[in-house]
Amino acid sequence: MKFFLKSITLLFFLTCIITSCSDKKSSATPTMGENAVPATDDYDPNRGEGKFNESNLSLDGFDMAMAEKGESISNTKCASCHKITDERLVGPGWAGVTQRRQAPWVLNFITNPDPMIDKDPELQSQLELCLVRMPNQNLSEDDARSIYEYMRKIDGAK
Amino acid sequence: MRNQVLFLTALIFIISSGCKPRNAATAVSGDMAAKAYVAPGQHDEFYNFVSGGFSGQMSVYGLPSGRLFRVIPIFSVDPEKGYGYSEETKPMLNTSHGFVPWDDLHHVESSQTNGVIDGKWVFGNANNTPRIARVDLKTFRTAEIIELPNSGGNHSSPFGTENTEYIVAGTRFSVPSDYAETDIPISSYKENFKGHISFVSVDKTSGEMDISFQIRTPGVNFDLARSGRAKSHGWFFFSCYNSEQANTLLEVNASQKDKDFIMAVNWKKAEEYLKAGKGQKQKVKYAHNRFNEETHTAESTIKTEVTVLDANELKDICYFIPCPKSPHGCDVDPTGEYIVGSGKLAAVIPVFSFDKMIKAIADKSYEGDYQGIPVIKYESALYGEVKKPGLGPLHTEFDGKGNAYTSFFVSSEVVKWNIKDLKVLDRVPTYYSVGHLCIPGGNTRNPYPKYLIAYNKITKDRYLPTGPELTQSAQIYDISGEKMQMILDFPTIGEPHYAQAAPAELIKNNGQVKIYKIEDNKHPYATKSESEARVVRQGNKVHVYMTSIRSHFAPDNIEGIQMGDEVYFHVTNLEQDWDVPHGFAVKGAANAELLIMPGETTTLKWEPDRTGIFPMYCTDFCSALHQEMQGYLRVSPKGSKVPIRFSLGKNVEN
Ligand code: HEC
Ligand SMILES: [Cu+2]
Repeated sequence: MKFFLKSITLLFFLTCIITSCSDKKSSATPTMGENAVPATDDYDPNRGEGKFNESNLSLDGFDMAMAEKGESISNTKCASCHKITDERLVGPGWAGVTQRRQAPWVLNFITNPDPMIDKDPELQSQLELCLVRMPNQNLSEDDARSIYEYMRKIDGAK
Repeated sequence: MRNQVLFLTALIFIISSGCKPRNAATAVSGDMAAKAYVAPGQHDEFYNFVSGGFSGQMSVYGLPSGRLFRVIPIFSVDPEKGYGYSEETKPMLNTSHGFVPWDDLHHVESSQTNGVIDGKWVFGNANNTPRIARVDLKTFRTAEIIELPNSGGNHSSPFGTENTEYIVAGTRFSVPSDYAETDIPISSYKENFKGHISFVSVDKTSGEMDISFQIRTPGVNFDLARSGRAKSHGWFFFSCYNSEQANTLLEVNASQKDKDFIMAVNWKKAEEYLKAGKGQKQKVKYAHNRFNEETHTAESTIKTEVTVLDANELKDICYFIPCPKSPHGCDVDPTGEYIVGSGKLAAVIPVFSFDKMIKAIADKSYEGDYQGIPVIKYESALYGEVKKPGLGPLHTEFDGKGNAYTSFFVSSEVVKWNIKDLKVLDRVPTYYSVGHLCIPGGNTRNPYPKYLIAYNKITKDRYLPTGPELTQSAQIYDISGEKMQMILDFPTIGEPHYAQAAPAELIKNNGQVKIYKIEDNKHPYATKSESEARVVRQGNKVHVYMTSIRSHFAPDNIEGIQMGDEVYFHVTNLEQDWDVPHGFAVKGAANAELLIMPGETTTLKWEPDRTGIFPMYCTDFCSALHQEMQGYLRVSPKGSKVPIRFSLGKNVEN
C-alpha cells in the first residue's frame, strides 16, 4: 500500500509536468534593443526596409523648390546632428550620401530608422562609431522626399 | 492492482490538469499570484486612476499588477517634472488667493458618454482651496483647473453626469457666501452660513469647463455625490451631514440626530430655471486656468461672476431624504433605480428607490421641511435596508450583475450583497480600515466585474516598516466568482481616497499623444533649428533660445550674463521620437529642473546669486553620450563689459 501511495504521488507530479504546465502565452514583443541580431535573410541592404522601392520613387529631373523645402525641414529636424559637408557631427556628414546609398535606402532609413539600425550591417558598424542611434524624426513621406531632393542638391544636382 | 493504478492516474490527470496544488493554503496562494501576475513586457488589463490624497496628485496604476506607471501632477508642484516651476505651468496653480503650491485631491471621476466611461478625461477635486481639475487622457497631463467660489472644502466632488454634461462640486464646509458679508461671528452659522453646489459644465469636444450655475442650499456639510443614470438621469444625489448645523466639536455635535439627509437635486429643473432667468448674478472671484497644447503654455483668467439659484425660493429643485447617521457614500446602481446611502455611524444600509421617491414627491409624502426644503418621508422613498451588514459603511460600488459591494471602515471589510433581496452574500477582510472601493466602471451603467480594489486608510504591519510614516495601500480582489478573493496588496502614494478604472484598450487606443509635432509648436519662444538658437538681452531680462537633441544643447557656451539679470532658458526639444525627453538643470536654480517632451518648449527662470561659471546639463539619460550633454554659463558683475555672446562647437568670439 505504501508503495502504491508513493507511485501515485510520483505519477501525480509526472502528470503535472507533462500536462498543462507550459505557459502557452507568446512571449513579449522583442524590444528594438541595440544588441538585436541582424536578420539577414529577408533584409535587402541596398533597398533597406520600409515603404520605398524603385517603382514608387521617381527621380527624373531635379526640383529646386522641393530641395528648398527639404532644406528648411532638415534645419529643424536634422541639422543638429548632420553637417552638409563630409564632416561627422553626431551622425555622418551628408556630402556624397546620394552616391554612397541608393535612394530607396535613404528614404526608408530616414522614415523608418529603428528596424534598419537593428538589421543593416553597415549601420551597425557605423553605430559603433557614432554611439547615438539615428532618431525617428517623424517625417511624412513627402518631407522625406523633399529632404532627399535637398541631399541631391548638396551633391551637385541642378 | 495495475488497473487500479491506471484508473487513479487517469483520475489524477483529470483533477490536476492546470497543475493546481491540492492543499488548501497553497491552492489559494498559487492561484492568487497567477491572477495578479502580468509577465514582463505584457500590458495590464485596466488602467487605475487613483487619487493621491494629500499629495495633491493622481497616480496611475495597472490592474491587476498594481504597478505604478505615472504620477500626474495636478494640485501640487512637482519639481521632477518642472510642474508649477516652469514659466509655462505656474499659471495652472493660480487661484483667487494667488499661487497655491499644494492641495488635497480626494476623488476622481471619468468622463462618460451614454453612461459609460469614454476614455477622454479624468477629473480630480482640490479639497482645501476648492477647485476641479481635468486631466487629458491623451497626454496624461492636467489640461485645466477651475476654482469654485462660495465653497470651503470641496469634498463632494468631482462627480459627473451620464454624458459629462456637468461635474459637480458640493461644499463640505458651509461658509458665508463670498458675495455677502463675510466678516461675521462664527457663532452666526445658522443665520449666515450657506451651502453652494456648483454645476460645472464640460464642453463635449474641447472638455473646457465653466461654472454653469450654483445652487444655494441650507448650511450643512456635503460629503459625497452621485448622479442618477438611465431612468434617473437628470437627478443628482448628495449625502449631507451636520444637519445639526454645529460649528464646533462636530465629532459630538454633528452626530446628535438620528438621521441626516441625502439631498436629491433635479438638475434638469434647475436648468429650466436658469434658462428662465431665475438665477441671480453674484459678484465673486475665481481663477480659471487652461493649458494650451499649441503654445505649451497655461493661461490663468480671473472670473468675477457666478449665477446662483436659490433652493428655497425655487421650490422643486431640491428634496431631502432622511438617511441614518452622517451618510458618506450615496451611490446609484447601474440601472439608476437604487440609491444606496452609507451612514458611517449607522448599523443598516438604507436602499432608496428612485421610482418611490418620484411618487413620494408627486404625492407630497413629506414629513415636513428642513429650512424650507421638503423632507420626504423615510418610508416613502425607502426600498429596504440591509440589516447588520457590518460597522461603519462608507461607500458602495456595483458589478452590474445585481450585486453591491460596500466598504466598512470600522470593521475593515468589504461586504457583497444582493440589491434586490438585500441579503449579504460574502464578506472579506481588508488590511486595514478601508475607505472607498473601485470596480472598473463600478459607478456607471456598464461595470467590468472582474476586480475590486479597496483603498485603505491604515497599513500598519502589511509592509516592511519605514519609520513612523508608512506607505499607503490598496488591495485587489478577484470578484469574477461568487466569493471575493484577495489577489494582491499594493502600496500607493499619498492617501488613496477613491479611484476610477477603465479597460486598457479604451485608453491606449484613444489617440495617445507620443510627441508634440515641432511644426505645430506655437510657443512664442520656440527655437525650431540650431541656426536660430541665440541669446537676446532686453534690459535686465536675458532670453536664451535653446535647443536640445541627443546629445547637446545649442548654444552650450553663454557669456555676458550679469548680476541682477533674470535669465529665461526657453528650451525646445527638437526630437520627434517617442520617449526621448531631455532635461535641463543649471547650478543654483532656486526652482527646479525642466523635463521637456519631444517637440515641446519649456522655460526655466534663473537669477544668478554670484559671479562665476555655472554648469548646466541634461538630467534625463538620453543616449550613450548623455553625460556629454552639458554646457557653461558665465556670470559677470553688473555693468561688466563682457557682451552677450554664445556658441556651440567652438569658442565664443571675443
Ligand atoms: C540625434 C542626432 C540625429 C538627428 C537629429 C538626425 N540624425 Fe541622421 N544619423 C544620426 C546618426 C547617429 C547616424 C548614424 C546611424 C548609424 O549608422 O547607426 C545617422 C545616419 C543618417 C543617415 C545615413 C548616412 C550614411 O551615410 O550612412 C542619413 C541619410 C541620415 N542620418 C539622415 C537624417 C535625416 C534626414 C534627419 C532629419 C530628419 C536626421 N538624419 C536626423 C544622427 C541623427
Ligand atoms: Cu539629454
